[in-house]
Amino acid sequence: MSDLAWLIPILPLFGSLILLLSGRRIGEPRSGWIATSYVLASFVLTFIVYLDVLSHDEHHRRFTSTLFTWIPAGDFSVDIGFLVDPLSLTMCLFITGVGTLIHLYSIGYMHGDPDFSRFFAYLNLFTFSMLMLVLGDNLLLTFLGWEGVGACSYLLISFWFTDEKNASAGKKAFITNRIGDWGFMIAIFLTFFTFGSINYAEILDTAASNQVLESTATLIAVMLFIGAIGKSAQFPLYLWLPDAMAGPTPVSALIHAATMVTSGIYLLTRVNPILADAASWVPTMIAWVGVGTALFAATVAVAQNDIKKVLAYSTVSQLGYMFLAVGTGAYVAAIFHMITHAFFKALLFLGSGSVIHGMDGDQDMRHYGGLRRLMPITSITFIIGWLAIAGVPPFSGFWSKDEILAFAWNESPALWAVGLVTAVLTAFYMTRQVILTFFGRYRFADARPEEIATAWETRIGRTVEMAEEIAAEIEKIQKEIGETQTEIETAKTHLTETQQAATEIDPNDDAESDSEALAEAVIKAEDQVVSAENKLLELQNALQLAEENYETTKREIEEIKSEADEESQQLDSIFDDIPDVNKVKEYLPAEVEKRVEHHPHESPWTMTLPLVILAGLATVAGLIQLPFSSTLKRLEHWLEPTLFHNEVHLTISGGTMWLLAVIAVVSGLFGVLFATFVYQKKRIRPQVFEKAFLADAWTIDRRVSNFMGGPGTRGFQAISSFDSQVVDGTINGVARLVEWKSKGLQKIQNGLIRTYAALIGLGVVALLCWFLVRSNI
Amino acid sequence: MEVTTTWYLVLAAALFTTGTVGVLIRRNPLVLFMCVELMLNAVTLTFVAFGSALGGLSGQMAVFFALVVAAAEVVIGLAIIVAIARRHPTTAIDDFSTLRG
Amino acid sequence: MMEVTVFIICSVIVLSGALGVLIARNPVHAALFLVETLFGIAVLFIMLDATFLAAVQVVVYAGAIVILFLFVIMLLGVDKAEDLGIEPISGQRPLTIIIGTSILGLVLTTLLISVNGPTGTLAPTPEPTTNTKNLGEMLFTDHLFAVELTALLLTVAVVGAVSLARRIKGPLQPLPIVEAVSDEEIEVQETKDVE
Repeated sequence: MSDLAWLIPILPLFGSLILLLSGRRIGEPRSGWIATSYVLASFVLTFIVYLDVLSHDEHHRRFTSTLFTWIPAGDFSVDIGFLVDPLSLTMCLFITGVGTLIHLYSIGYMHGDPDFSRFFAYLNLFTFSMLMLVLGDNLLLTFLGWEGVGACSYLLISFWFTDEKNASAGKKAFITNRIGDWGFMIAIFLTFFTFGSINYAEILDTAASNQVLESTATLIAVMLFIGAIGKSAQFPLYLWLPDAMAGPTPVSALIHAATMVTSGIYLLTRVNPILADAASWVPTMIAWVGVGTALFAATVAVAQNDIKKVLAYSTVSQLGYMFLAVGTGAYVAAIFHMITHAFFKALLFLGSGSVIHGMDGDQDMRHYGGLRRLMPITSITFIIGWLAIAGVPPFSGFWSKDEILAFAWNESPALWAVGLVTAVLTAFYMTRQVILTFFGRYRFADARPEEIATAWETRIGRTVEMAEEIAAEIEKIQKEIGETQTEIETAKTHLTETQQAATEIDPNDDAESDSEALAEAVIKAEDQVVSAENKLLELQNALQLAEENYETTKREIEEIKSEADEESQQLDSIFDDIPDVNKVKEYLPAEVEKRVEHHPHESPWTMTLPLVILAGLATVAGLIQLPFSSTLKRLEHWLEPTLFHNEVHLTISGGTMWLLAVIAVVSGLFGVLFATFVYQKKRIRPQVFEKAFLADAWTIDRRVSNFMGGPGTRGFQAISSFDSQVVDGTINGVARLVEWKSKGLQKIQNGLIRTYAALIGLGVVALLCWFLVRSNI
Repeated sequence: MEVTTTWYLVLAAALFTTGTVGVLIRRNPLVLFMCVELMLNAVTLTFVAFGSALGGLSGQMAVFFALVVAAAEVVIGLAIIVAIARRHPTTAIDDFSTLRG
Repeated sequence: MMEVTVFIICSVIVLSGALGVLIARNPVHAALFLVETLFGIAVLFIMLDATFLAAVQVVVYAGAIVILFLFVIMLLGVDKAEDLGIEPISGQRPLTIIIGTSILGLVLTTLLISVNGPTGTLAPTPEPTTNTKNLGEMLFTDHLFAVELTALLLTVAVVGAVSLARRIKGPLQPLPIVEAVSDEEIEVQETKDVE
C-alpha cells in the first residue's frame, strides 16, 4: 500500500485543478465540498498507508516509491519520489486531518464570498504543496513543496487583494521568506557538493555513519537553520507572521499555525544526522534562538488587542518552543509539541474566526466581552484550547510543553528558566484573551473610547460655534449702535436747523401757514431725536446681554473641555462598566446606534463541528506520548527509526521530573490566576502590562520597515542602476560589437542558392582533403 | 584487360563532378534538379559497384532506398517549383533572394 | 574483351548524356540527355548483375521521374532557352572550375592510392537469375521496418506535393523579388526600415 503514497499529494492537486478550471461554474457551496472531499480522501489514504506501515517490523518502516526521474543531469539526478517513513507519515496525518477540518470550517466561514471557489482552489493547492514538502524523498522536492507552500501562503494572505494592506502583507511574507530560502538553497548546493546526492536516504545514511567533516556539516546545518527560521517565523525572520493575519482566518489556522510554519522544524528533524555531525554550538544556537523568540513573542502577545495578532505572536512563541526542543536534541518532543500545537492552535484560530464571524468582522478584543452566553460552542471549545496552551493538565499542551521543558533543564537550567517564564506569560496572555472575549460584560454595543472622544470633540465644537455666533451678534449690535449714534447726530442737526429757521422767520409776513408748518417740523424733529435715543438705549442693553452670554459660553467651553479631559483619563480603561455617555449622547456617531441592533450568533455546524473535533483532539492528544513509562512513549517508539539514535535521553531523575512538572503546572496556574486578578477582578490596571512598547513589538518591525523604506530602498536602487548601467551596458556593448562586426559576414548570406551550393562544394573539397591527410597515405 | 571496380568508380567520379558543375552553373531550377539526379546516380553506381565487389546484396539494398528518397525529393522539389512559378513567371533561381541576410 | 567494349560504350553514353544535361540550353533537351545517362547506368547495373535495379532504374527514373520533369516543363512553359554565356554571380564560374577539378582530382587520387591503381577484381557474384528473389527476401525480412518507413516517406511526399501545389483561393501574392543591389543601397534601405 505504501507505493500508493504518490496519490496522497496528487488528490488535493487534482481538486485544486478542477476548482481553478471550472470553480466559478461549480459555485458555492459545492466547490467547498469538492475541495473538502479531496483532502478527506487524502486523509483516508494516509491512514491506510499508516496502518500498512504499522504492520511492518519497526526497522523496516522506510519506503520509497519513485514515480520517474525528474532531472537527470550527469551525476546529478533528481527523482520524483516519495519517502514514506514514520516522520513523514506523522506529518501527513495531521496535515490532511487538520486540513480536512479546516476545509470543512471554511465552507461556513467563507460563505457569501464572491471568490469562494478560488479560496478552495488555493487551499487545496496548499495542501498538495505541503504534502510534497513532507513526502519528497530528496531535498529538492522538499524545496519544491517549500516554495509551493510559500506561494500559496502569499496567494492566501493577500486573498482579499483589493485592500492595499492585505496585498502588502502577502508581499512581506513572500519577501521575508526569500531570505530563508536563500539559506535552504545554499544548503542544497552544499549537500550535493558534499554527498554527491540530495536524496534523503543517501545523505542521511552517510551522515549517520559520521562520514562527514564537522565543518561541512556545520555549514549545511546553519544554512538549513536559516531556511527553517524563515519558514517557521523565528527571530529575526518572524516579521511576516503577525502581518500574515491579514488573510482569512482558516488560512491563519491551516498555514500560519498548524502546518506550513512547522515545516522548518520538520526539516531540521528530518536532517537530524547532519545536526548531530555539526559543531556543538549549532544545536545550542538553535535552542537559544528558539527560547529567545518564545519569550520575546510572548511579551509582545501580552499587549495586543487584535484577537488574531495575539494568536499570531503566540504561534511564534510556540514555534520557539519547538526550536528549543530541536536544539536540545529532543526531536520527539518537538514533533509531539508540533502535533498538539497543530490541534490546539488550529482550534484557537478557528474559534477566533468563529468569534470574528459572529462579530461582523470586528477583531478588537476590547469590543467583545461576555460572548460565552451568545456563542456557547465556540466559547467552550476555545476554553479547551486555552487550557491546552496554558499547560493545564491533563490537556495536551501540558504534556508536550512539559517534555520540552524537561529536556531544556537537561541541557541547561538557564534555557529551562526562560522557557518557564514564557510558559507563565503564555498562560497570562491566553487567559487575558479568554476573559476579554468570553467573560465580563458584553461590550460590543458600547460606545467606544475613540467614539466618545469624537463625541466630546463634537460637543466642544458645537459650543464653540455657539460662542462664535454670539460674538458675531455682538459685533452686529455694536455696528448698529454706531449707526444709531450717527442717526442721533443727524436728527439733532436737523432739529437745530429747523429751530433756527423757526426763529428767523419774519412774523410780519402773512405766512402764518409757514410758521405753523415750521412748528410742526420742529416737533417732528424732536420726536426723531427722542426715538433714536431710545433705540440706542435698547441696543446698549442688548449688547450687555450678549456679552454676558458670550462670557457664559466661554466658561461653558472651558468646563466641557476639562470634563472631556477627565473622561479621557478613564477612556483607555476597559474596566469601567458601561461608559457614561449621557453627557454626549446626542453627539455619538450613528454606528453606535447600529451596533446595538447587532446580535452575535453562534456559527453554522460546518464551523462548530471542526471546533468540537479539534477540542476533543486537543484534550486527548497527550496520550500519544505519556512520560510515565517507556511503553507509554508511543510517539518516541514510532519515530525512532527516523532519528538515527540522535534523540537525546534524559539524564535527570524521576523525582526531578516530577518536581519540574509541578513547578510548570504551578507557574502556569499562577499566570492564569494573575490574569484573572487583573482582567476579571480588576485589582490592577492593565496598562501596567500593556505597554505601547510591547504593543509595537519592541519597535523592531517599525525600525526594519523604516530602514527598508529609506536607506534600504536607496541602496537597492543604486544596485539596480549599477546592474542596468554597468552590467547590462557591458553585455549590450559586446552584443553591439558582435553585431557591427557581423555586418561583414552578412554578405555571404546573399539568398542565392547557387552561392550556397558553391559553399557546400568548398566544404566537400575541404572534407576530402582532410580525409586524405588523415588517412596517412 | 578486365573491367574492375575501379573503372566503375572512376566513371562515377566523373559523373558526380559533372553533376556538381551543373548544379553550380545552371540557373533553370528544373535543370538544376536534373543535375542533382546525375549526382545521385553517380552515388548509386558506386554503391552497386562496391556491393558487387564485396559480394552480397547490401549495396543494391542501399540503392533501392536511395531511389525512393530521390523520387520523394523530386516530387516535393517540383511541387515547390510549381508553387513558385504560379506567383512569379520567371523561374531563374537567381531572381529569388528573399531570404538573404 | 566483350565486357570492356560494353563498358566503354556505356561510359561514353553516360558521360555524353551528363555533359548534354550540363550544356543543353533548352530544359526539354536536358531531360532527354538525362534519359540517355540513365539508360547507360542501367546497362552498367546489368553488367554488375543488379538486374532488378536496372529495371527499376529504367521504370522509375526514365519512366516516372523524367516524365514528371517533362510534365512540369509543359505545365509551366519554362522551356525558354537559358543563356549560359552570361553569369550574373561574379566569381561563380572560377569557383565552379576550382570545385569541379578539386573534387574529381581528390576522388581519383583517393582511388588510386587506396585501391593501388585499377587492379581490383570483381568478386564472384551470386546467380544473376536469383537476384530479384534474393533482393525481395532481404527487403521484406531484414529491412522490413525500413520499407515501412519508406512507404510513410512516400505518403508524406505525396501529401506535401499536393498541398504545396494546390491552387489557393483568391489572388496570389507575388513573391518579393529583390534585385541584386550594392551594399550601400542595402544599408540605405535598412536605415529606412529602421525609420
